[in-house]
Amino acid sequence: MGLLSSLYTGSGYWNPLAWVLAMAVAAAVVYLIWRRGESSYKKGTMQTTPFISGNAEQGKGLDHIPASNLYWGYTEGIKGYYDRIVPLHTGITTDYLLWIFWVTGILLIVVMVI
Amino acid sequence: MLWNLPYIVVVLLAIIGLATILLKRNLIKIFLGVSILTSAVNLFIIVLGYRENSIAPIYTYAPSLNMALPTPQALCLTSIVIGVATSALMLSFAVIIHRYYGTVNVDEIRELKE
Amino acid sequence: MIADVIVSNLPAFLVAVPLLAAFLCPLVGRISPNIRAAWVFAAMALTAAIAYCLAYLVYTGGTVIYVFGATAADLSIPLDSGGIPIRIMFTVDPMSALMEIIAVTVGLGVIIYSLSSDERRSGLENYYTIFLLLISAVLGMVSTGDIFNFFVFLEISSLATAGLVAYRVEKGLAVEAGLKYLMVSTIAGIFFLFAIGILYGQYNALNMAIIAERIQWTPLDKIALVLIVASLAAKCGSVPMHFWTPDAYMMAPAAVTAMLVVASQASLYGLFRFVFTVYGVSLNYVTMGWVVIILGILSMVVGVTMAIPQKDIKRLMAYHAVSQTGYMLLGVGVGLAVLGDQFLLNSYGYTAMEGGIFHIMNHALYKGLLFLTAGAIIYRIGTGDLNRMGGLGHKMKFTMVFFIIGALAIAGIPPFNGFASKFLIYESVYQFNPILAVIAMVVSILTLASFVKVFHAVFMGPPREEHAQVREVPLPMLGAMAFLAILVIVSGLFPGIFVTNLIEPAVHALTDQAGYMTIVLGGG
Repeated sequence: MGLLSSLYTGSGYWNPLAWVLAMAVAAAVVYLIWRRGESSYKKGTMQTTPFISGNAEQGKGLDHIPASNLYWGYTEGIKGYYDRIVPLHTGITTDYLLWIFWVTGILLIVVMVI
Repeated sequence: MLWNLPYIVVVLLAIIGLATILLKRNLIKIFLGVSILTSAVNLFIIVLGYRENSIAPIYTYAPSLNMALPTPQALCLTSIVIGVATSALMLSFAVIIHRYYGTVNVDEIRELKE
Repeated sequence: MIADVIVSNLPAFLVAVPLLAAFLCPLVGRISPNIRAAWVFAAMALTAAIAYCLAYLVYTGGTVIYVFGATAADLSIPLDSGGIPIRIMFTVDPMSALMEIIAVTVGLGVIIYSLSSDERRSGLENYYTIFLLLISAVLGMVSTGDIFNFFVFLEISSLATAGLVAYRVEKGLAVEAGLKYLMVSTIAGIFFLFAIGILYGQYNALNMAIIAERIQWTPLDKIALVLIVASLAAKCGSVPMHFWTPDAYMMAPAAVTAMLVVASQASLYGLFRFVFTVYGVSLNYVTMGWVVIILGILSMVVGVTMAIPQKDIKRLMAYHAVSQTGYMLLGVGVGLAVLGDQFLLNSYGYTAMEGGIFHIMNHALYKGLLFLTAGAIIYRIGTGDLNRMGGLGHKMKFTMVFFIIGALAIAGIPPFNGFASKFLIYESVYQFNPILAVIAMVVSILTLASFVKVFHAVFMGPPREEHAQVREVPLPMLGAMAFLAILVIVSGLFPGIFVTNLIEPAVHALTDQAGYMTIVLGGG
């Protein structure tokens, strides 16, 4: 029984084996639905090309978005935050040490006063 | 007031070391600042072991039994050795950085940033 | 007879075996590189066996004390000293044993990986020497019961890590990263030594148990605590002192980065040991708890938001290491904030600390796995730039599977182990303050987002023509990754066993200052 026990927090429990069982049941249901699908299709016609909202498919490799352009909307959306945090990451060594001294100073004030 | 003189010297050395680390731009001078800060802390540890009118902690032919504590002296020796190893490694890093970057100015050694 | 001698001296062998193996490594390397590889692997396997035996002794028999230089190994108070322990001692309680298990497990996987990934480099005799020295230093740091001994091992690990980070010079970039790491570590070590001086000057003792017995909350003790917290938080990479983390993790060889994660966790262990065992309830635990919680929240948020726009794979993973350290600080900080109140401790304090410390173990495993997969990709491609990768999933299928396991684990997706520890943290921190739990969940979602980005950029898409000859990585590297991946899956599928048998004793030993003092002072 120790091998199958759950993880108890004070306000709930988590049993990953029950989760795996639930996922297996769901996968079985998915497979049964998939088996009832259409199994005859013609290769090479429009039935096998990807659907890009009616646009033409570009050449091989041209529609792989490189890593710098992923999540562009997210980085543009919180540009105010990034414009303040990223310049703080200068590469200068003495700035790194300055931050340690600042944190020590602030913690000294906090701990001595409060 | 006179008995606190070593502690005042410790604080002065620490401030000089900190100022050198934060204000100087040459890497070698920053290493000297680190060395001064290490010396300040070593001095602090040794001063902790002093007892009034005490002699060196050696039992052979001891004129009295009022001896200064030997433990801080051992701590300080260990710390000096660690400081030597650290300085050697930092200086060798500075030599290699100068070979590849051509400079030892902290503001210009920032290839890795943000 | 020999077994008795070995078993009674196990803590000493734990540090002595890798130390001796490290210094004999250049001599053995003179014979042939294969003999040196076998020597390194044998030393690491022996250290792992010693650590597992010692952990078994600690978990079944209670804390193990080992006094160096005494007539009997557990004679902590010499008969003519007047009731104070005067020798250096290793106090291996369940929390130390847990950190030792983590260190040697990750170390074993990393040594197997490193034997294959770095075999064509030059200067290997120095590399393995310093690597074994780092392992010895980390094991010493988590086992010791003496504050100056902790400082010595901390400095050894700093120097060894700085040398390893700068190992591949890479036109000066790695040396710059090593220099930054060394400067931060040296300043942190100096602050820590100053705090040791203050504590020694007040209480005339270096043993953690004696200081715990004699400590009062004087202003000098407050200064010492602030210096200890600031220096150890800087060493483990918590915001706002985290700037060295991406530089050092990015430029080190992949195997070294996985071990660097363990060394940072050892500094985190030092922080917890000082705050809980040396100071205990004498400090103002509400203030210090909130300080640790604020450090944790800042680390989580800044770490993950800086990770998303990164373009280098190891730099991105390094920012995630900063973010996950925030989870550990948050969990243990909540436990610290309710330390004096036994009712709140029982209702959610212990659970929060279990979550934080379980997260240490899980993080070492899945972060090590992720860094090893990144190292495998860099081994084949030659660069870590995400913009130049694409379509590697066609050829490197096993690496892709291990990366998926690591990425799902770090994002906290069931059934992997990241979810188990994050679940503990969410449930308990929510009862303390709901906003903190919400922030933690949002950070988890952003973690998943950033790893989806890496997965798409590296493995998805059509294969590129410049990577046409890329094959799968050699078998030892796959074996090391499989070892860590299996541990990730096992600790995810059976978290109850790990928590009740490993983590709960560690948490109760960490918060039980009176028990620690009794074992060191009263029994011996």
